[in-house]
Amino acid sequence: MPDTATLPTRRDEAWRYADIDALERLGSDALETWKEIALAAGETRCHAMIVGGDTAELHRVRLTLEEGARAEMFTVIAGAASCRVEVEVRLAKGAHFEFGGATIGGGEAVREFVTSVDHAEPEGTSNQVVRAVHWGRASGNFLGTINVARDAQKTDAAQDFKGLLLEKGAAAHAVPQLEIFADDVKCAHGATVGQIDEMARYYMAARGIPPQLAKRLLVQAFLGDALVALEDADEQERLLKTALDALGGAV
Amino acid sequence: MLKIDNLTAEIDGKQILNGLTLEVPAGEVHAIMGPNGAGKSTLAYVLGGRPGYEVTGGSVEFRGQDLLELDPHERASAGLFLGFQYPVEIPGVSNVQFLREALNAQRKGRGEEPLSGGEFLKLAREKAGLLKLDMEMLKRQVNVGFSGGEKKRAEMVQMGILDPAFAVLDETDSGLDIDALRVVGEGINTIMRQPDKGVLLITHYQRLLEVVRPDKVSVLAKGRIVRTGGPQLAQQLEDEGYDAVMADA
Repeated sequence: MPDTATLPTRRDEAWRYADIDALERLGSDALETWKEIALAAGETRCHAMIVGGDTAELHRVRLTLEEGARAEMFTVIAGAASCRVEVEVRLAKGAHFEFGGATIGGGEAVREFVTSVDHAEPEGTSNQVVRAVHWGRASGNFLGTINVARDAQKTDAAQDFKGLLLEKGAAAHAVPQLEIFADDVKCAHGATVGQIDEMARYYMAARGIPPQLAKRLLVQAFLGDALVALEDADEQERLLKTALDALGGAV
Repeated sequence: MLKIDNLTAEIDGKQILNGLTLEVPAGEVHAIMGPNGAGKSTLAYVLGGRPGYEVTGGSVEFRGQDLLELDPHERASAGLFLGFQYPVEIPGVSNVQFLREALNAQRKGRGEEPLSGGEFLKLAREKAGLLKLDMEMLKRQVNVGFSGGEKKRAEMVQMGILDPAFAVLDETDSGLDIDALRVVGEGINTIMRQPDKGVLLITHYQRLLEVVRPDKVSVLAKGRIVRTGGPQLAQQLEDEGYDAVMADA
């Protein structure tokens, strides 16, 4: 349906901070394509990926978790161009969704995660941790929606975002949206944006660690939270290394 | 070893050091005492090159080099260790990683080979044992969740591992109970009491000086050294107070 697809605009809350021009150039096909993944009852799946490149990218994943299933997803957005990762999740009874995301980079690009977690049935749990490290005029965004259905009692959902801006001009946007229709649930969300701790950097210098290495260690520590739940140590190392190597372009 | 001549420095345009002159030769432990606001911590930070502490005049020569020309991390490589009054917490970075990176960065700065993970752990275990610090603590994040005493002990373990030629210790005794004070004091003696090393020991109290017997004691007031004497000067300060001793000066 080439001509009938509705292109997003910034008036749409989910696209407010997006690099719409770059994503539109991908064409309406890309904007209509979702990767569908279904997890059977009790099934566990873990997926770690690195996305982003020299041209804009849009990734859309729709996860459906049956009773007691567990999906773990860890994503680093580290390319030079704008990149948007959208994840929609539906959790049946007692299912768990674990999400760790990191955006890192400079230039003018917009790197963002847009998640929507639907706690459709009771006793589902979800945990999302996103970290954004940016410089130049780049931005990192996390738009996270959590829906808790009327009878999804004992839902336990958490969302945590932290942005680290290495230069004036960079930005981070966090938009947590919680829609809760059940009354016996836990939903936690937090968002902070800050700069490198200069005292920590000086403390490192006083022990002989040069500024670039100090920055790498501090960024590594900062990003670590997003990947700590990734149990495969090699995969964790691969994602972290990619992110830290991207830091090479920072001031 | 350390030669400070007529040093002036300011923070946010406010002059704190007013022509401070002090010389510490190798083999000497020199205690600096002084009332609150005298400029003791400022002196430590100026020597450590902390951003925001601006030197406006004078000179500091360290092992024949112009110390003030060096960046903070270069000062560490040159053999200077700054013990912090309030050691900084670094969430997400373990002590082991922090110290190994620090030691290897210093070694690189001196043109030496880096230590392997195994070699480093052996060294860390030895120094931690010396200061009665549980090796498990070194696996924890830098100073995160440490008590005041643990932070100061960890500073001493860092000093032991980095093995500096000269240490500036800024109120290392603050926040320590009597046992920890003894451990830290003996740590200073073990690590730094050597003919080719020197220590500038900044303290408020006589207690630490009973363990680390200084060779000289200077009184810092209003940004300059107003009196220098032997170890008995510390006792005199303890007995009579700063005002009386400074009135004599």
